[in-house]
Amino acid sequence: MNFFSDPITFIANWLGNLLLGWGVTQPVVTVILKFIGAGLVGTFGFSLVIFTIWLERKLYGRIQDRLGPNRVGPWGIFQTFPDMIKIFTKEYITPVGADKVVYNLAPILSVSAVLLTWAVIPFAQTIVGTDVNVGVLYLVAIGGIGALGIILAGYSSNNKYSLLGAFRAVAQIVSYEVPMVLALLVPVLLGRSMGVNSLVNAQSVWFVIMSPIAAFIFFTSSMAETGRAPFDLLEAESELVAGYQTEYSGLKFGMFYVGEFLHAFTISALTATLFLGGWRGPWAEQIPILGTAWFFIKAFIVYFVVVLIRISMPRLRIDQMLNFNWKFLTPLALVLLIVTAVVDKVFYIIIPGFNILNSIIPWVRAGVHLLVNVIIVLITVQILKTHRIKGVQVVGKPRPVAVAPEPPASVIS
Amino acid sequence: MTAEQLIFIIVAAVTLVAGISVVTSRNLIHSALWLILTLFGVAIFYVLLDAGFFAVIQVIIYIGAIAILFIFAAMLTRRVMQDTGPQTNPNWWLGGLIALLLFAGIVFILINWQGFSSLAPKLTNPSGRIIQLGLALVSPDQYVLPFELASVLLVAGMIGAIFVAGEKKQ
Repeated sequence: MNFFSDPITFIANWLGNLLLGWGVTQPVVTVILKFIGAGLVGTFGFSLVIFTIWLERKLYGRIQDRLGPNRVGPWGIFQTFPDMIKIFTKEYITPVGADKVVYNLAPILSVSAVLLTWAVIPFAQTIVGTDVNVGVLYLVAIGGIGALGIILAGYSSNNKYSLLGAFRAVAQIVSYEVPMVLALLVPVLLGRSMGVNSLVNAQSVWFVIMSPIAAFIFFTSSMAETGRAPFDLLEAESELVAGYQTEYSGLKFGMFYVGEFLHAFTISALTATLFLGGWRGPWAEQIPILGTAWFFIKAFIVYFVVVLIRISMPRLRIDQMLNFNWKFLTPLALVLLIVTAVVDKVFYIIIPGFNILNSIIPWVRAGVHLLVNVIIVLITVQILKTHRIKGVQVVGKPRPVAVAPEPPASVIS
Repeated sequence: MTAEQLIFIIVAAVTLVAGISVVTSRNLIHSALWLILTLFGVAIFYVLLDAGFFAVIQVIIYIGAIAILFIFAAMLTRRVMQDTGPQTNPNWWLGGLIALLLFAGIVFILINWQGFSSLAPKLTNPSGRIIQLGLALVSPDQYVLPFELASVLLVAGMIGAIFVAGEKKQ
């Protein structure tokens, strides 16, 4: 075990041996190390947000032909710190008639639900918070708590707009959980495990190659789970002021804000882990710390796509959002799940009959799955073409376009 | 006292207090929140019993789906922010009687159980237990019949929900 190739495990072992040397028993040492690890991962998540908020504002600015934050530090990179200090000093306002305990609980639930996700994400082969053997299900369970935070915030504010925002949030988040879970089952099928780290270990061929549709469905529905544009109906500022977070001020609002940005990065990290091979890359198994670099490169590439979509897409209407989910994503996910299960089973029954080298079997399997996915895409496109709405129906007569009135004679002469 | 016993006692106390608060709280939403805490306590018991799969399923089904449905339904009722009104209805004694009988039945069954004084046996093959569970659910000589019956029930429930919610075509 070398300090330079795997520093985290090295430090953990050193600390564990030190504590054992002081006469602490093994279970207590494990508990202490787990607590330190949890604290580090949580702090790391929050520090990451400081960077991603700056990154996103900068990208936002550049795409809209602005400069973005550029005053504090080089390229404005420290802009988030003054913002943070400002938000710490703001006044907390609790509306009259608010449900006080629930009102204060909601932002904490909302941010902790996102942070809890990081417990199972493997940063490298040896650097993982907890390798739960039901990690994928754990991710789904945590998503439910996030929905709870939003619904409680909307209810407890004693504000009609907040309540409407919460209603929309529940409709959206609960609906999009269905295709997300179905799409998550595809990597579980392909990797033969529900642990997140063993799924990464199983990706000798990335799952995005084996099942691009699953990656697309998972990515889209987790975008909807974050509640950002184009799925930001729950805080549509032109209709609902700010949705469920209207009444929150100061650091309580800051919690929602941090939770939203952290969630956006978390879904990128999850997509990178489950579909893009996580920490896998050249030499990642010999030098575990290199896996962290691969992981963050992949996560930031996906994050860039998330930000691009957020900046460039208009908001969906609520019927479009629900139709897209229930009439397109969910049936597609169901079909994909069944087809993948059958194809994978048949593949392993048939393959011993052929005389193929063991080393290329994963690639043959990936090719078969890719072919099946392409066929499903072609059929879906064909069905969408035959069932599309035939043009725009004209309901009434077109209204006359406003014409500028003739200027009075006095002006002309 | 081991750490596990300490955790068990704390979680049990919290779960019981939360369970009592579900029925004594005057606000519907607060009741639902206490219910969530109770269900979390049960999930922690599953973890203590080395059944991580059931713990996660408990959180997904009961907290992620059912409790949120409760809160959603309660938010749609009128005067949700008010805490007035009676907490019992004329049939309170019947409910109390049934609860008492159920409790007596559980006590009657468990009073001769040996498990209280013996240690739990170590589970073998911890990583393959989910696979064992999955195989047990679909093998014909084990639980395939209850499993399929549950699926039929769920499909019937789904069709019923679509029928009730669907637009009536005149």
